[in-house]
Amino acid sequence: MSDLLAVSDLTVHFDTDEGVVQAVDGATLRIAPGEVVGLVGESGSGKSVTALAILRLLRPPARVLGGRIELDGRDLLGCSEQEMRAVRGSQISMVFQSPRTSLNPVLSVGRQIERLLVRHAAARPGQARERVVEMLREVGIAEPERRARQYAHQLSGGMCQRVMIAMALATSPRLLIADEPTTGLDVSIAAQILDLLRDLGRRTGAAILMITHDLGVVARLCDRVVVMHAGQTVEWAPVRELFHAPAHPYTRALLRSIPRVAGAREMEPIPGWVPSLLAPPPGCRFARRCALVRSECGVSVPVHAVGEDHRVACVAVEASQWTR
Amino acid sequence: MDALIVDDLQKHFPLRSLVPWRQPRRVHAVDGVSLRVGTGETLGLVGESGCGKSTLARCVLRLIEPTHGRIFLEDEDLTALTEEALRRRRRDLQMVFQDPTASLNPRLSVAATVEEPLGLHTELTGRARRARVDEVLEEVGLGASLRDRYPHQLSGGQRQRVNIARAIATRPRLVVLDEPTSALDVSLRARVILLLAELKRRLGMTYLFISHDLSTVRYLCDRVAVMYLGVVVEQGPAAELFEHPAHPYTRALLSCIPEPDPDVVPERLVLSGEVPSPIDIPGGCRLRGRCPLAQPVCAEPVPAREIVPGHTVACHLV
Repeated sequence: MSDLLAVSDLTVHFDTDEGVVQAVDGATLRIAPGEVVGLVGESGSGKSVTALAILRLLRPPARVLGGRIELDGRDLLGCSEQEMRAVRGSQISMVFQSPRTSLNPVLSVGRQIERLLVRHAAARPGQARERVVEMLREVGIAEPERRARQYAHQLSGGMCQRVMIAMALATSPRLLIADEPTTGLDVSIAAQILDLLRDLGRRTGAAILMITHDLGVVARLCDRVVVMHAGQTVEWAPVRELFHAPAHPYTRALLRSIPRVAGAREMEPIPGWVPSLLAPPPGCRFARRCALVRSECGVSVPVHAVGEDHRVACVAVEASQWTR
Repeated sequence: MDALIVDDLQKHFPLRSLVPWRQPRRVHAVDGVSLRVGTGETLGLVGESGCGKSTLARCVLRLIEPTHGRIFLEDEDLTALTEEALRRRRRDLQMVFQDPTASLNPRLSVAATVEEPLGLHTELTGRARRARVDEVLEEVGLGASLRDRYPHQLSGGQRQRVNIARAIATRPRLVVLDEPTSALDVSLRARVILLLAELKRRLGMTYLFISHDLSTVRYLCDRVAVMYLGVVVEQGPAAELFEHPAHPYTRALLSCIPEPDPDVVPERLVLSGEVPSPIDIPGGCRLRGRCPLAQPVCAEPVPAREIVPGHTVACHLV
């Protein structure tokens, strides 16, 4: 299957007063049409910067130094701003972490969705209002006619996120990027939002790039997973393999560091700290936290295939028979 | 002996009335909660936003005055204490808040922050206080090199350690932990949980641990009380409650937590809608408007029943 989105060797730096922050260092990921890919890692791993780079929303002091971002084989990094505007919203749309601050506080939610529909010519002005109500109903909002007249501050956090999802899917995008869409929501509301995303993804055929630090969300929702650490992608795997046969030492440490509801199991924090990205160590950025560290770790980070569609960027992991 | 007993605690907040001759309506934030925390025990208090768990904690510390009910700290009725007597008792009653940054004074160094409660609540000399500060910083895993740093020079995890150090400096009888890990990243969260567990083991700390994060509660707590809309709906030993949840609300909450294992297919007990307003609370079981199992009997008042020794549930259908 050809990829919907292919990001390869993406490198992003931020120029700051203290120096250059090397936020993303050779990030690589692929998304097939209609699949749900999880992008996980600790704060500062470069997940959100990667997402913003895909949408070309990074502004100075951020600089994209290199790499390719291909949507259906077309390099987005080479697109003009005008072409990008056509891509955003209609091809790729995004749901952010804090839904209430992402909505315009002085426009009713119905009016906001209407504007979006008209802008993307997804509905004629006369029909827009009907379509808005229909969309709100689709994302599970009760009394959609009344809610459409309300403002962000009159809606609960869960409802605001539903509105955001409705807006993100209004133009039938091929890819939806969801950046921590359930952070800050109560558990029962978060579960409803995840169910909604999965169902709508299936129904509309949109692929989803799910950015999260919650491995539970990944297990419940995703088909494949990409793990990032300090700006580097360290492992790519189908979801079951990642949980049952994690290969990268960082992925294994991450899985050991979370408490579980299902039983009192030993939990150990990931050793050390995410290195400063102002002067990151050469080679593998996890090396200083890693129990399997060798001298080669500071030189290169070879990528091995350790299973079908399962790759890991680590010197210490033996390449299996899958290596071609 | 019990470190803390909460007996039929209520806290109502009156709303401003639109017309002066009408009784103001009230928010029933906490509506008759009874709890016990044994010495050296950790009680987890879980529930979603608006269930009253933080209001309950603030009442326990008498940061706000309860409307009704009594609170005993080791047999002393805190609700009967005068301001002055309460202030003397503060050394036994400490709290760690959710936001590690907002709860530190930006103009106090680490050492000054931890020393402050010692100066207020103990008779220690300056030298003894400084020695104690070093000891406490050591206990929470902060090196002596950090003592002269200010909050902005610390990481989030270090700040929360300073908050914990300040809370345990006077060796309190009870520490109330209000979501101490929810503002932290995954790996920091693990470290703070392990630190709290170690302090409990080494120093015999008693915690009232408030959280909506059930996996953390499972790891740290001996007993758990589940709150919904101002009341405790289920209470019991942690292992028992997590393995045999009885109340539909507890089951629904547990079924919402995605397990980090793609092969676990959770029981999905889905509650409809969102938590109703705590102003006009329905009579009978408060969950019945959202509960998929609701029956006509649920409109009747629900007393808590003990189903297994130590495990109580307030549900007609259990």
